[in-house]
Amino acid sequence: MERVLGGNLIGKVDDADIYLEYRINEDLVLEEGAVKKASRHVSQGAGVRAQSGTRTGYAHTDEISLKNLEEAARQARAIADRSASSGNLALPGRGRPHDLYAMAEPPIAADLARKLDLLRRIDVETRAADPRIKQVIASISSEEVIMLIATASGWTVGDVRPLTRLNVTAIAEEGGKREIGSYGGGGRVTFDFFLEEGRWRRFATEAARQAALKLSAVDAPAGSMTVVFGPGWPGILLHEAIGHGLEGDFNRKGTSAFAGRMGQKVASELVTVVDDGTIANRRGSLNVDDEGTPTGRTVLIENGILTGYMQDRLNARLMGMKPTGNGRRESYAYAPMPRMTNTFMLAGQDDPAEILKSVKHGLYAVTFGGGQVDITNGKFVFSASEAYLVEDGRITAPVKGATLIGNGPEALTRVSRVGSDLKLDEGVGTCGKDGQSVPVGVGLPTIRIDGITVGGTAV
Amino acid sequence: MSTDLLVSVLKRAAQRGATAADGFLVEESHFSVSVRMREIENVNHSREQRLSLRVFVGRASASASTSDLSRDSLERVVDEATALAKITAEDPHAGLPDPSTVISQVPDLDLEDAGGDLTPEEKIEIARRAEAAALESDPRVTNSEGAEYSDRRARYAYATSHGFAHDYGTTGFSISVSPIASRNGEMQRDYWYSSARKRARLEDPEAVGRKAAARAVRRLGARKMKSVEVPVVFDPETAATLVRSIAGAASGPSLYRRASFLLDRLGTKIAAPTVTIVDDALIPSALGSRPFDGEGLATGRTVLVRDGVLESYLLDTYCARKLGMQSTHHAGRDGSGVSVTTTNTMLLPGKTTPEELIGSVKNGFYVTELIGFGVNGVTGDYSRGAVGQWIENGELAYPVEEVTVAGNLLEMLSAIDGVGNDLVLRDRTVAPTLRIGRMVVAGT
Repeated sequence: MERVLGGNLIGKVDDADIYLEYRINEDLVLEEGAVKKASRHVSQGAGVRAQSGTRTGYAHTDEISLKNLEEAARQARAIADRSASSGNLALPGRGRPHDLYAMAEPPIAADLARKLDLLRRIDVETRAADPRIKQVIASISSEEVIMLIATASGWTVGDVRPLTRLNVTAIAEEGGKREIGSYGGGGRVTFDFFLEEGRWRRFATEAARQAALKLSAVDAPAGSMTVVFGPGWPGILLHEAIGHGLEGDFNRKGTSAFAGRMGQKVASELVTVVDDGTIANRRGSLNVDDEGTPTGRTVLIENGILTGYMQDRLNARLMGMKPTGNGRRESYAYAPMPRMTNTFMLAGQDDPAEILKSVKHGLYAVTFGGGQVDITNGKFVFSASEAYLVEDGRITAPVKGATLIGNGPEALTRVSRVGSDLKLDEGVGTCGKDGQSVPVGVGLPTIRIDGITVGGTAV
Repeated sequence: MSTDLLVSVLKRAAQRGATAADGFLVEESHFSVSVRMREIENVNHSREQRLSLRVFVGRASASASTSDLSRDSLERVVDEATALAKITAEDPHAGLPDPSTVISQVPDLDLEDAGGDLTPEEKIEIARRAEAAALESDPRVTNSEGAEYSDRRARYAYATSHGFAHDYGTTGFSISVSPIASRNGEMQRDYWYSSARKRARLEDPEAVGRKAAARAVRRLGARKMKSVEVPVVFDPETAATLVRSIAGAASGPSLYRRASFLLDRLGTKIAAPTVTIVDDALIPSALGSRPFDGEGLATGRTVLVRDGVLESYLLDTYCARKLGMQSTHHAGRDGSGVSVTTTNTMLLPGKTTPEELIGSVKNGFYVTELIGFGVNGVTGDYSRGAVGQWIENGELAYPVEEVTVAGNLLEMLSAIDGVGNDLVLRDRTVAPTLRIGRMVVAGT
């Protein structure tokens, strides 16, 4: 490490680091009642980064040898050499790493026979939940990432990160109509997590219930209306509407719709949103981020006022702020950038049942698919996969999937009720940015937004 | 030779009890540089390799892959894959294609640039020129997410325990620019790109930059609309996403899982008679071309939809056997396993110019960008966020944002009442401008 960083980099750049990674993935897939697909993948490699001013040189190799690392360092530095250093050196890494997911038996090491047995039981359970279920696809994915990072300022830290996810997809058929339902969960937990508290059974019956329910869904409405969001995974609203817009890089460059709005009111005073990478065993949690900074809890919006950005080292240095432990990367093949961890809204005072009752005509959305945001104009979308019409405070017909679209800096100003029932999601989120995917978490109490566009077909 | 390594791995698999096996090796090097506000921002170099192995023990199979090609690691991969195959369930449809069906001659599709490499300074200059053109083309372009130049050189090798062992190389080059236009506090970002297998075929960096800037500037002053049902015209980029959805629904895994809106529709009318979609793997130097598929089968030209009738699915050997059909030679290998992938997929052009298509609309929506994931491949239900221009009396009148377009893909395909003549093979999946008779645009 010292030889690569020391001789090649120190003194000529503002910041530099070497990241080493070893990763094992295992995927087991059941379909048509049997586990016919099993795979195991191993990746290893190293990335060397040198930064000077706003410039980053990054080189990676999947052959970890001193020769390759030195070559990578030389290439990374070549870029830094072309510019004058900003003279504003990165602070040495500080703080103790957390210990959020130590476990005796990581999920990747759990007995294969037990995993296969669970998949078969899920298949039976899902089919038994509703006679209209004709196909079940269930999978268990397990991963272990071992990382080590050494920075030019002399900070070296490592982390061993277990991760697992169980997913159940059910296809229901009736009278020539077909529908799909999906449910799952996981986290930085042992395999036994799925067996505890009846989780696997709940995932199975939820997937079946959703698929069967959608068979009778009516056309979704089109236009702006009051929408009540259920607790948990609908927190993807926050991830898209404000999360990405508060990542340091976009704000440093002035390309975010939130740029320059620190201290301003961007949400209703009922709204407090945090990004917290320190919650034990959560999918979005990390002991240290991928630059070696211990993760933290960043208050993004407090009582409606914009209070914080999520930062990696580069953007924190350039903005004269502190790194917040949000520097993340998909793998050694990529340089890190500011990313979310677990992003959620704090609970409010309202009774969730009362929130629903308060709606005269609107939509109650409880399950969502993916979302996306245009950082610059603030427009975000996310797709409701389970939603119901609400008439006079009562839930009526389920509606077909529809995209909801809104404007980030504006949408949360219309939050009129916040429930007391904060829930974090089950552990299924994956966030994409610039071609890099990382596991994340979201959370939300039941909330009511007065006016968001629902993209259905019923005008 | 990379095939030698694969052959030795397959030999070891046989020794470990595999009755058949195939392996795929990718070796690639990549360089990219980005420039933002005329300053270098990122320079990335990489060298990667990945060997993936699929083994069969009788009718059971498993796969494994590694980026570590050391002897120890390769031995471990073989042992793990064979051990996994011994615990998975038998599947009567599993197995390699019939050895007599694999190709013996690999066609030369001219997928490699023969020219020498540019220096990093020359590559930086290309990105700099592209961004500068965007910044200079209009005073309203005030900021930028940057411009990127990238190039890639890859070698793909495939071998089977039946004795197939071939490889081929490709190169790829791209330029992209993402400028930001602003006016009175409003900011709008857009994007344009050019990519090609030969560097000389890249569009001029200045042209890419100017086009990106024009796309960003035309979004300034965007309005929300009242919800309405109107004709919708998709530009070639957004029309191509419809073709991608059709290809996804026509691909083997979604069919045998009964998770496709095209299930049981082979030979039936699924689109307007003006719609013909082909997948052609053999176009010289094209981005999606490949000389053989991920199972060593000869690639060719498949007509997916002819004059509105669904004529073929996209299948690999496994999906074909499950459906009682023949492989259409669309097996893809991504370095970790086998899947069904398209090559160059095109909705063939009609005779109408895009101006005529827009001109034919009295009151409607011209879509230039779609966001979100609101496509249900099982039912075809469609609802996505959209950006574009409102059409009034046949003219683009003003920009529109924060709306959705919704319908059902089967109904949308049948409602196509105009196919443009502006098809350009600038990506793997392409379409000309398309006009759809009626769709719901949701807004306020």
